[in-house]
Amino acid sequence: MNAARCVATAVFRESVRDRVFYNLVLFAVLLIGASILIGQLTAGQDVKIIKDLGLAATSLFGLFIAIFVGINLVSKEVDRRSVYPLFAKPIRRSEFIVGKYAGLLLTLLANMAVMTAALYVVLFFLARGVPADVQGAWDAPALDPALLKALALIYLHLAIVTAVALFFSSYSSPMLSAVFTLGVYLVGQFNADLKHFDRIVDSPAAIAIARACYYVLPDFARFDVKLAVVHGIAVPGSYVAATAGYAALYIGALLCGAIVIFSRRDFK
Amino acid sequence: MTSAIRTRELSKDYFVGFWRPRPYRALDRITIDVAPGDVFGFLGPNGAGKTTTLKLLMQLVFPTSGEAEILGRPVGDIAVRRRIGYLPENPYFYDHLTAEELLEYYGRLFGMPPADRRRRIPATLDRLGIGAERRMPLRKYSKGMLQRVGIAQAILNDPDVLFLDEPMSGLDPLGRRDVRALMLELRDQGRTIFFSSHILSDAEALCSRVAIVAKGRLAAAGALAELREFAVQGWELVMAGVPPAALERLRPRARRILAIAGDRYVIELPPDGRPEETLRELAAAGATTVSLNPLRETLEDVFVRRVAEMGEGARAPRPEGAAS
Repeated sequence: MNAARCVATAVFRESVRDRVFYNLVLFAVLLIGASILIGQLTAGQDVKIIKDLGLAATSLFGLFIAIFVGINLVSKEVDRRSVYPLFAKPIRRSEFIVGKYAGLLLTLLANMAVMTAALYVVLFFLARGVPADVQGAWDAPALDPALLKALALIYLHLAIVTAVALFFSSYSSPMLSAVFTLGVYLVGQFNADLKHFDRIVDSPAAIAIARACYYVLPDFARFDVKLAVVHGIAVPGSYVAATAGYAALYIGALLCGAIVIFSRRDFK
Repeated sequence: MTSAIRTRELSKDYFVGFWRPRPYRALDRITIDVAPGDVFGFLGPNGAGKTTTLKLLMQLVFPTSGEAEILGRPVGDIAVRRRIGYLPENPYFYDHLTAEELLEYYGRLFGMPPADRRRRIPATLDRLGIGAERRMPLRKYSKGMLQRVGIAQAILNDPDVLFLDEPMSGLDPLGRRDVRALMLELRDQGRTIFFSSHILSDAEALCSRVAIVAKGRLAAAGALAELREFAVQGWELVMAGVPPAALERLRPRARRILAIAGDRYVIELPPDGRPEETLRELAAAGATTVSLNPLRETLEDVFVRRVAEMGEGARAPRPEGAAS
């Protein structure tokens, strides 16, 4: 897997040079600006709102990276023909796909690590001047470790979106990949509804199709525990583990699909 | 002895058209053998199938039928790729990287230890005449410089077999001279070189053997000197200050005498016209030699004739039974 590691490192370096991490500055400005503004406008709700905003922004910024970097990962190399000299080297196409994916996951991880740290720093300063009895009335402490569970699930969610983008990128243009990936993302947000389609429709055929779609398309709703975490509702470790298992299976299937397609592809 | 490169009945169909894709035969049953240590010229006009053949050998495209081997192993074998180098036509590299960083990346892919990379990368860049520019991003490189980087990455791993697709493309005369010298040096070290070109003079200067491909089919193959088309078909002398009497003496032996600018004449002799003797004779009469060149059929002429011989000049039809 030396070759995959080389490709992953190259993807990470390219992200750094392409100024992907500039979004972190925007994130920090948004979070600090919002905390100052919200601190003046709300009473006692500011920590909750900052948590909400921080988690939502982390998810949104990560989504932009996952989609817009992800759709170019493979197609850019094919379009620009940089794969020609590359595949004359001792690297398998499967290693290339895995390396590209791992590189973008690494980029997302670094990005999210900084955003997480920024969120905790802002929460720390917000909580610092608040009396202990007021803090005791909050649904959850400001520096709640449960936030990490929500962030971990956001990361897994983004990992699936990245795999979807990479899958489409392995055989179609960046534009089509973006459309397909956004489509899967949107359907995935509401996919859980398809599971219970029988409650609103009588047609057995429609129910069967909806059920099939539910199993084929990703169920992103299960990765969203932001509301629970912000309101101090416990998210069991077993739930996080099961969701991680689901993500691993889904990502594995997408990568296998991408490898099969890409390994048979002619570079004309 | 195992061939360095061997193809058997190698064919490639591409499918064209959106609604009802139809097969288009880009390469038709190409069989070639390249012995170790050969400098093999794969010649043909644009669109003849040279790049497709190289792509098949690099497994960038997959054959419709037939097989190909490099160093006795199937072309997809990863172990083989450690022993080959490849320069694509009009190469593109990651333009945010510098030449040094690009070679570092490829060196890592080859699994070269850090000490080897530290030694080989500067040495390879020096060999291709890439100086201080090696620390500049590749997006700032000219076409010729990129071609040099392309050759540098192709020889980085000290390959046994080198594949070069139009290696002289984009190079200035100095660059062409350097690349020719490099190829001859590699040949002297016993490396096998397979290069495609549509320029006959490159092949003449470098190749021990050639294959000519036209419209996807092999038109001729063999040692360059043995190919009938490239035998000398006459001599062209350009002389200045030729006295009229000497010209008249020459007329029965010459195929053609043509007055050009100033007092110069073009004198065309048949293949057995003994040009050395004629030169001596004209020099003795007070003429000055401007140039002497052998007349050969051009590569383009050979293609036109060979293709006509191969049948109507149309691209080879698909064999029966091929997938549609």
